[in-house]
Parts: sequence; C-alpha cells; structure tokens
Amino acid sequence: MASVEYFRRQSRWRPLETAFWLCTLLPFVVTPNYLSLASQIAITALFALSLDLILGYAGIVSLGHAAFFGVGAYTAGLLAKHYLGEPLAGLVAGAAAAGLLGYATSHIIVRFRHLTLIMLTLGLGLLLHEAANSASPLTGGADGLQGVKVGTLFGFRFDMFGRTAYAYSLAVLFICFLAARRIIHSPFGLALRGIRENPTRMPAVGAPSRAHLRKAYTIAAVMAGIAGALLTHTTSTVSLEVLSFGRSADVLVILILGGAGRLYGGIVGAIIYLVARDQFSGINPQYWYFWIGLLLVAVVMFLPNGILGGLSARHKKPE
Amino acid sequence: MLSSLAGVLFDGFAYGMLLFLLSVGLSVTLGMMNFVNLAHCSFAMVGGYTTVSLVNKLGWPFLASLPAAFVTAAALSIVFERALFRRLYKATDLDQCLLTIGVVFISIAAFAWFYTTEQQSARVPAWLQGSLQVGGMSFANYRIFLIVVSLAITGLLILLLERTRFGAQVRAAVDNQRMARGLGIDVDRAFMITFALGGGLAGLGGALSIQVVGLDPTFALTYLVYVLIVVSVGGLGSIGGSFAAAVVLGISDMAGKYYFPWLGAFLIYLVMVGLLMWRPVGLFGKR
Repeated sequence: MASVEYFRRQSRWRPLETAFWLCTLLPFVVTPNYLSLASQIAITALFALSLDLILGYAGIVSLGHAAFFGVGAYTAGLLAKHYLGEPLAGLVAGAAAAGLLGYATSHIIVRFRHLTLIMLTLGLGLLLHEAANSASPLTGGADGLQGVKVGTLFGFRFDMFGRTAYAYSLAVLFICFLAARRIIHSPFGLALRGIRENPTRMPAVGAPSRAHLRKAYTIAAVMAGIAGALLTHTTSTVSLEVLSFGRSADVLVILILGGAGRLYGGIVGAIIYLVARDQFSGINPQYWYFWIGLLLVAVVMFLPNGILGGLSARHKKPE
Repeated sequence: MLSSLAGVLFDGFAYGMLLFLLSVGLSVTLGMMNFVNLAHCSFAMVGGYTTVSLVNKLGWPFLASLPAAFVTAAALSIVFERALFRRLYKATDLDQCLLTIGVVFISIAAFAWFYTTEQQSARVPAWLQGSLQVGGMSFANYRIFLIVVSLAITGLLILLLERTRFGAQVRAAVDNQRMARGLGIDVDRAFMITFALGGGLAGLGGALSIQVVGLDPTFALTYLVYVLIVVSVGGLGSIGGSFAAAVVLGISDMAGKYYFPWLGAFLIYLVMVGLLMWRPVGLFGKR
C-alpha cells in the first residue's frame, strides 16, 4: 500500500502553502493603497485556477474561457440591477448560469481535440461576445451594463479603498482553491490526469473519459462564473470586455506563465503578470506591452513549463 | 438583389484572397513542424510597415514596395526562426504559445513606438484607384489587382509544391516528419525556407491589406484570430484547403456585413464552428 501512502503525502498541506496563504493577508497592512489591485489579482487567480482544472489537469486547451467568466459577470450584474443586490446570491446565480452553459457546451467540447478543440472554444466564446454585443437592451452592448447596485456583504459596504472587496475576493478564492485542491487529489482528479496523458487508454482501464471531461469542464465553468460575479461585485459595472477574446487569451497566458498543471500556477501567474503590468504601465503607459512580451520570452527561455514548472525542475536537478 | 450579390461575392473573394496570403504560411509550417507560431501576423505587420515607410517616407512607387515587403518579412522570419523559434521545436505547445505571444506583444509595442498607434495608409498609383464598370456593376480596381496578384501567387505556390524537388521534400515532411528525415531529407533546412516563404507571403499580405483594412500596431492580434480560423478550417499543411477556407470565410464575412449588419461578425464565427464540427480535421486536412 505504498502507493496510497504516496498519494496521501502528495495531498498533505505543506508549510510553504500555509505561509503563502498567510502572506495573502499582507496587502491589508503593507500596501493598503493597492487593495483594489490585490482584489483584481485574487479574481484573476480564481479565473486562472478554473482554467487550470481543464487545461492543466484534463488537457483541454481553451481560448474561449472568458465565456463563462462573462456569463457569471453579466448574471450577477443583471441580478443586482433588477432584483437584489445581495452579493452571495449573485455568486450563486453567476455560478449556476456559467455552469449550465458549461454543461451544455461540454457535450460539443469533449468530442474534439488539438487545434479543432482550441478553435471551437474560441468560436463559441466569440459567438457569445457578439451575441452580448448585439443584445444591447439586455446587456448595454458596447457601453457595458450600467446601474449595478451591489448591496452590503454581512453588513460591510464595498468601500472605495477596496478593503471589503479584497477580503471578499480572497475568501472566495481560498474556498474555491480548497475545492480545487480536493478535486485534484481525488480519484477523479487522477483519472483526469490519466485522460490528459492518454485519452484512448483511460477508457480501456474503465474510466469514462468523456463523462469525466464533461464533469471537469462544468466544474471549471462554475468556478469561472464565480470569478466573473466577483468582478461585478467589486467593480459595480460589467463591460463587454469580460467576454472578449483578450480576456480569454490573457488568462491563458497567465496560467502558462505561472505553470499549467500546478495548483498554484494560476495564482503565481496572476500575481506576477498583474503586478508587472501595473508597474510597467506606471513607468510608461503606452509601451508596457513590450516589457510583458520580454518577460514571457524570458520565462519560456529560462524556465520552461512556466515559472513554477521551471523552478521545480531546477530544484530537482542537483539530486 | 442580383447585382448586390455579385458585388458581395466579388468583395468577399478579394477579402478571402487577403486572408489566404496572410495564413497560407502558417498552415504549412504548422503542418510540418507542429510549431504554434502565434507571431505569424507580426511578420505581416512587418511587411505592411515596410511598405508604409518606403512609399510615404522614401517615395517609392507602391508596386516596387511590395517585393520589398516580402523580402523584409522573409528575412526577419529567418532571423527569428534561427535565433528563437528553433530552440522550441521540442518544447510543449503551451511554451510555444507563450513565447510567440510574447513576440506579438513586443512587436505591437515596437511598432507603436516607431509609427505611433494611428492608422497608417500608403498611397497607391492612380490606376489602382477608382473602379471598373461592367454591366451596371462596379468593381474596385484595387480589389481586381488583389485577386490577380493572389491567384498568380497561388499558382506559383502550387507549381513550387507539386513540381519541384523542394516541394516534394516539403510535402513529405508535412505527411510524416520522421520518415522524411529517415529518407535523408534535410527537414530543418526545408522548414527554414518554408518558414521564410510563409513569413514573406504574410508580409506581402500585410502590405496589400493596408488599402483594404488599414494598418495599426494591433493588426498582429486582430488578424491572428482570422488567420487561425483559416488554418483550422482549411486543414493543416494544405494549400488548397487554406484557399478554400479563406474564400468561404471572406465571402461569409462580407455577406454577413452586407445583409445582416446587426449580427456583426456573428456569421463568420458561426460558419467556422459549423465547418469544424462537420469536418474536425479541416476541409482538406488529413489528420
């Protein structure tokens, strides 16, 4: 039963992880002026984590993941605008709407692979973007959804310094992270990795590949929807950009930068990408693209498989 | 109705030719090495800006600037292939994506630095302006020129691939890279030439597209989506497939904009999703 012990050891909390999550509280005291950036990072990290579940663990490369983020954001926004501004209800509604869309599209997605799969996710994402653009009476079109009134969260108002926003985003990120961690270390998570490595062999050992992939895709969609709803609540607006190709591409870049197939890949990627973007655009607002590009090239050259992947490979070498 | 249909078909075909020039290189190099080069449209942008500089700053005639655009983009493709991309042929797809998207970001910022973010244009000679009247319908001279040039290039490409020794090597490498190596074909060299050729054609496409869609530094990202659509719908490594896909997408985009303007770009994406679900390997793809 040495193998069971191996998997147990893999899933145990490490001191470094505890330290990391304690560090996420630092922005409250160390950089109180950057709390809105910190909540952006937490939301993006959650979005990247949801992509990691399908890309890193199940091998589904998606260039249209913003579809779920956007549906979550619009659902939460419309709910807050027309019915009730209670944030937690918005989270649930956003998650449910994104999950439904994810389940519906997962039936298409699991039939395809490689470039076709990427292009189908891209196509479905772009279709939704165009649809939201055309349905301006409902979504506000290119002007975005105006007049979103977000209520209080357990009696706390969303203040202009972003204290509530960051606490809220961080708490939701942490809960979703725990869920993702549990999923990854479960037999289901192992089966997903098996499917990623060899999709024809897994059915042969009795794992229902397509059903597993559909499940993973739906879970990732739910999580992306929660991230979208968080963005709506913390910014009180929804712009068409939440559904854009740019957002899908950004989150893909962030995840690969951090290291796909690692629980902390998306989080590390989001921290580095967004902090770098904030700093570079502070130095020179027009040309920050250049430095981000240079960063990406350098990471691929010196740390293949993302920052975490590259670091862990370097770490293991001397042994 | 009928005349507008002819107009839409004509404009769509011309637009499709543009998409074909922009994407054919990526299709062949992806089919050969499985190298995901998202920076393909950056080379198109190099061609476009070469033409802008030569025509507007140095006063070259538009026609003379087109070969220059081809050569500059091809030369720069070779530099990037040798210095950067070559190291990543064995890397994962994700690393290839990240590196090439980094190159796209750098190119966007670099062109914004040198040429500002404004839309650029290049003067074309008088005989390319205006339009030709045939039976009550008007055909823009520039689009006729675009179609003639693209068809000539397509013909040359097919001759090159089907009738020459180099073409046979490329086809062998696309079909089965390892087997081709086993037969003593220098796949790396063939790939480098193909990559340069593809980059050059993209550069030419970029130069020709200034007059139709304009040119600004975000070109590399905007047209990346269209190019990927053409490549995937056409099927990897297939010139005929890219041609057919480019024509279908060009015409459906024009038809969508003309007949259903409220749908925006909805139609072109719908066509793509439909075609891909019908034929996952692309119209003419083999695997």
